[in-house]
Amino acid sequence: MSAPMLEVRGLKAYYGSAQALFGLDFAVEKGGVTALLGANGAGKTTTLRALSGLIRREGDIRLQGRPIGALSAEDIARLGVAHVPDGRGTFTDLTVEENLRLGAYVRSDRSGVRRDFDRVFGYFPQLAERRPQQAGTLSGGEQQMLAISRALLMRPNLLMLDEPSFGLAPLVVAEIFRILGAINRDEGVSMLIVEQNASLALDLADSALLIETGRVALSGPSKAIRVDDAVRRAYLGY
Amino acid sequence: MNEFLHQLASGLALGGVYAIMALALVMIYQATQLVNFAQGEMAMFSTYFAWKLMDMGWPYWRAFAATVLISFAGGVVIERLVVRPFAKAPVLASVIVFIGLALIFNALAGWLYGYSVTSFDTPFSGRPWFGNVYMSAHESGAVAVSLCVLALVYAFFRFTPLGLAMRAAAQNPVSSRLVGIRVGWMLAIGWGLAAAIGAIAGMMAAPIVYLDPNMMAGILLYSFAGAVLGGIDSPFGAALGGFAVGVLENLVGAYAVGAEVKLSVALAIIVGVLVWRPSGLFGRRLVARV
Repeated sequence: MSAPMLEVRGLKAYYGSAQALFGLDFAVEKGGVTALLGANGAGKTTTLRALSGLIRREGDIRLQGRPIGALSAEDIARLGVAHVPDGRGTFTDLTVEENLRLGAYVRSDRSGVRRDFDRVFGYFPQLAERRPQQAGTLSGGEQQMLAISRALLMRPNLLMLDEPSFGLAPLVVAEIFRILGAINRDEGVSMLIVEQNASLALDLADSALLIETGRVALSGPSKAIRVDDAVRRAYLGY
Repeated sequence: MNEFLHQLASGLALGGVYAIMALALVMIYQATQLVNFAQGEMAMFSTYFAWKLMDMGWPYWRAFAATVLISFAGGVVIERLVVRPFAKAPVLASVIVFIGLALIFNALAGWLYGYSVTSFDTPFSGRPWFGNVYMSAHESGAVAVSLCVLALVYAFFRFTPLGLAMRAAAQNPVSSRLVGIRVGWMLAIGWGLAAAIGAIAGMMAAPIVYLDPNMMAGILLYSFAGAVLGGIDSPFGAALGGFAVGVLENLVGAYAVGAEVKLSVALAIIVGVLVWRPSGLFGRRLVARV
């Protein structure tokens, strides 16, 4: 069997001298979706930041077998890791169109980029109408769609999403998760998704892990995680 | 009336110089929230470099082009070697670095070229342009060059992928890194551009104010006044502010306070704007939903 899209062993991360992650092990299969669950402050966002090289980290991180633990954030992005950060990372002063063009910044295949523009406008038609608009004036849901679209224009191998449901109305959240599912199915983009809304994330994911204070508390196929009593009580609420 | 129009028109010539210097200041400010106090002395040093090339017999435009390119490279090197190590230092540390740079370039120019005032060639000699009796050929030429620089810089930031990446890196470095933009290099290129623009400003100003190691001190102050007047976060406003300050300076110098104390006009503008309208005439109030 070929190497997983992402394989992480003993991931530790630090903010200054404070250690936030204490050795995580997990993987994202090729074409798979892994959900990263946990309470506030457990280290979910930190895990994504460590993987994309934004903070100091240690451990063995491999993208399709290739070690990326020592690379800079720019180089990791150039290898096809698209990180949709918490707060969506919108370039608020720039237009919607410019935000999307930045997603394709490192690509040189012009016709491919044009096709990908059409592709993301197919997923998110309302962005097409707002192309010339200043991105900071979009609604929260539209900014989340813009952030996902910007990531898709990178032609990612691995899409990392940090709480795509944050602060959005339930209908908008359902729509975004439906589209994420379609992107995963139709294009085979592997995903690592951080979510507070465990139920939604487990619907989308094939495997999941639960982290508590920087350590993996539980991991396995999402079906098994879903029926785990502790997870049910703490995160699914029934 | 004739005299008034003459003062107004010749104010535009240095106004163009202030406009592009203000633009260079704004470029660095937008990326770092710092004002490069060494901008003027760097421009002066570039101008001496051009003078030296012409002194060696180079034709004007070849010396001009070489100076702009070398200044660009110099700006990049200065950012990498001198400014970058202080990127995470407190603001005051960076300010001290800028002042140190200014002193170094000033002293270096004096040591290499002497402190005597020298004349500087202009490529725009001969009869005034288009029968314009209010401006000399050089003044018209300087305005034209300034407008060209403004147009080129606008086109660069508006229409090229590199320009877009530089704007992105200035406003959201983290998101920029996440799409693969090398943010550190964008800043270095910004310094290179600012230095190149400064070199052009210096070469346009030198035939008017003459070349000496202190030639840019007043010009930088007027440019800063222009940037503050137009809005330090607005490239368009800063450029317009530069032109406005150039005209105002000339008129006030001629009709109100006299040439000796007209530099205080710049200070009055800076203080006045900061007191009554800190964002300047065109400073944007950003609309954002969070």
